[in-house]
Amino acid sequence: MGFVDTLVNGHKGGLNSAGLTPTQKVTLRAVIMGVLFYGLSALEGMMMRANAVVRVPGLEDPKHYFAVLTVHPILGIFGSTYLIIFGAFTFLVPYLMKKQLYSIKLANATWMLIASGAISAWLGGFLYYYAPLYTLYWPLPVDFKQFNAWGGLVFILGIALIMVGTIGFIYNIFATVFLTGENEEKVPLKPMLLSAMGIDGLLNIIYKMSGREPYAKEPAMSLPVVAIVRGSIDAFLDAVVILICGILILVYVVADLSGVPLDYTSVNALLYKNFFWWGFDLIADGLVLIYVAGTWYLLAMMISGKKLFMQNIARAALLLELVVSWFVWSHHLLADQGQPNMMKLVSGEMVTAFELVTQGIAVFITLVTLWSAKPLKMTMELKCLLAGLLGFMLAVPAGILQADMGLNRILHNTQWIVGPHVHVAILVGLSMTLYSAIYILWPILTNGVELWSTKLANFHFWGQLIGGIGMGAFMGMASMDGMLRRTMYVNGEYQTYMILAGLCGLLLLAAYAAYLFNIVMSIGIQGLIGIFTPSKLKTKELLPTPEQATTTA
Amino acid sequence: MTDSVEVLGMLKMVYTIYCLAAISLMAWFGRGLAAPDGQPRLVKPSTFYGFVGALVFVGVAIHIFTFNQIPWVKIDFKRDNITPDQIVKITAKDHKFILPSERIVAQCNKYILFDVESKDLTYGFGLIRQNGSMVMQMQVVPGSPNQLMWQFGKNGVYSIKSTEYSGPKGVFMEVKNAFEVTGCSENDKYSMLEVK
Repeated sequence: MGFVDTLVNGHKGGLNSAGLTPTQKVTLRAVIMGVLFYGLSALEGMMMRANAVVRVPGLEDPKHYFAVLTVHPILGIFGSTYLIIFGAFTFLVPYLMKKQLYSIKLANATWMLIASGAISAWLGGFLYYYAPLYTLYWPLPVDFKQFNAWGGLVFILGIALIMVGTIGFIYNIFATVFLTGENEEKVPLKPMLLSAMGIDGLLNIIYKMSGREPYAKEPAMSLPVVAIVRGSIDAFLDAVVILICGILILVYVVADLSGVPLDYTSVNALLYKNFFWWGFDLIADGLVLIYVAGTWYLLAMMISGKKLFMQNIARAALLLELVVSWFVWSHHLLADQGQPNMMKLVSGEMVTAFELVTQGIAVFITLVTLWSAKPLKMTMELKCLLAGLLGFMLAVPAGILQADMGLNRILHNTQWIVGPHVHVAILVGLSMTLYSAIYILWPILTNGVELWSTKLANFHFWGQLIGGIGMGAFMGMASMDGMLRRTMYVNGEYQTYMILAGLCGLLLLAAYAAYLFNIVMSIGIQGLIGIFTPSKLKTKELLPTPEQATTTA
Repeated sequence: MTDSVEVLGMLKMVYTIYCLAAISLMAWFGRGLAAPDGQPRLVKPSTFYGFVGALVFVGVAIHIFTFNQIPWVKIDFKRDNITPDQIVKITAKDHKFILPSERIVAQCNKYILFDVESKDLTYGFGLIRQNGSMVMQMQVVPGSPNQLMWQFGKNGVYSIKSTEYSGPKGVFMEVKNAFEVTGCSENDKYSMLEVK
């Protein structure tokens, strides 16, 4: 089979999109859009990385540079991560619960809302140079001496669309979990709720300690579903808080456009910052950590074929994470001297330190579960899972260190935050976990399409791993020498580190290109297009029957 | 007196060792997991609980250690009860720092209170050495008190730089060599280029 033929039709016939169910299609749509947004975000990241080494035409203008810096994480977090996670969970929740998805229409609306919201926010930066950064520190988003109000309108409306889409996803997940669908057996709500919060795991531990029979021998929900539901609570709260902030900014935008600008001092900047970070931090310290833990548990069970080690503890740890994730936001305000010291100490330091415990528990349980099934074949999904675990093993302690009042005084807003913590967490920890999930779901979602090239998959793996860790490490070294984030250095400062970080960035970009190319060659352009056409199978079942899977267009 | 250079040097060493250990552990684990020889092993619950105990210990110990070893933490905690020897009032407005004098001079080992007020946006306030490394920083939030007390144990000349993004106009918000410390027996070797 020739190259062009494979490119068009895919590897060994590629993806037969006519044989995909609506649920498979909606999942693949979200994941593909997420992978594409990752590419755009990576390209922007590389533009800024290049600008730290040589002057990139256009980017020497701070307006342009910071517009790129503003939309880069929006595309990365919401456009890419949200879409991939939400897409995967849209399939996994009903799959694990042996149910049907509550609403395929809503699932389609969800990915479209998030994708269009990400594009709208991107346009706010691209067309108008609207650049308050993702932190939106008051009153910067409404500083219309620096920013065009129309840009604010486009950007904030984009964020609002993303949040509405997020709420749509959460509704769909909760309805799938808790409502009884057609031809499904009704399950009592109480054990479901107890299980969803991890309370049954805690009760099992207490019962065991007091010598009684377990409270629930067979919990109502599998552990990954518990993690998804738990994480969705934080995702919901986060969406509500960001929506409220967005509405506040929109009021000021509309007032300015109407010629009656409002006084921004009406809003207390520190109070706003607390409110914003309480909600926004739920993405990183609630949603991501919990979703990721749930994904690790699922992957460990699927790869090893074993039950999860210390399952009750894992369930109870998710309950603990509920408390932890709601009370850690002050670590973002350790450099704010108006913030009470007691809040810095309790919320910022002590509660935050428990993330080391909850994440450590998740890593340990996953590793031991895998170990109990050795020897295992080192498949792509296993490799990526181990790399994902490693990413968080590196990034979480970096976060705990910066959440220390002494160290934060000299680390806050340096490259340490975005390098060893954020980028290693996202590029290695989170991305590798998601790639593992994609690899393991790949045959299920594509009805058995084979990967075109294992060599390219391996190149992607090593490129992502070495590039991600390397970039984080060199950014971290630059931070030790005082390099700030959110600024521009134009006189060649920190050049050695920036060149090395840039090379790692190039490796990341090359790895992404290899991954994308491998995917396209596997399913073929025809198959890729077919994913976005309506399904010919009129079914709410997740997977097609063997006859349906061979349906042709 | 311990300064940020020493603390960051220690952090770099500790974190590098930790990262290398974590990477080695995962490489060893991966090899062992895929090795055809050897049997699956179950880990005892006591090992697990020991691990959790170690995590709790490390999580708490980090903060206790830094509280006792990093001098500015205690000063920060007690700043309301310490009478400053010198108050440096600075205003941030329109992406500029307005300083009380062209160069602020402080004496060694005295309690210096930096009292920075923002008249518009959220800024940062950082003291930067001649080699670009940071002495310390804080956020400067409009409508809130932004006071940071500090003791300097070495002579040097420092720049004041905004360490928080305040829009594209604020990207080069810096006053070179605006702050000087004198009277110490030791020099800050990274800040001595322009000592008078």
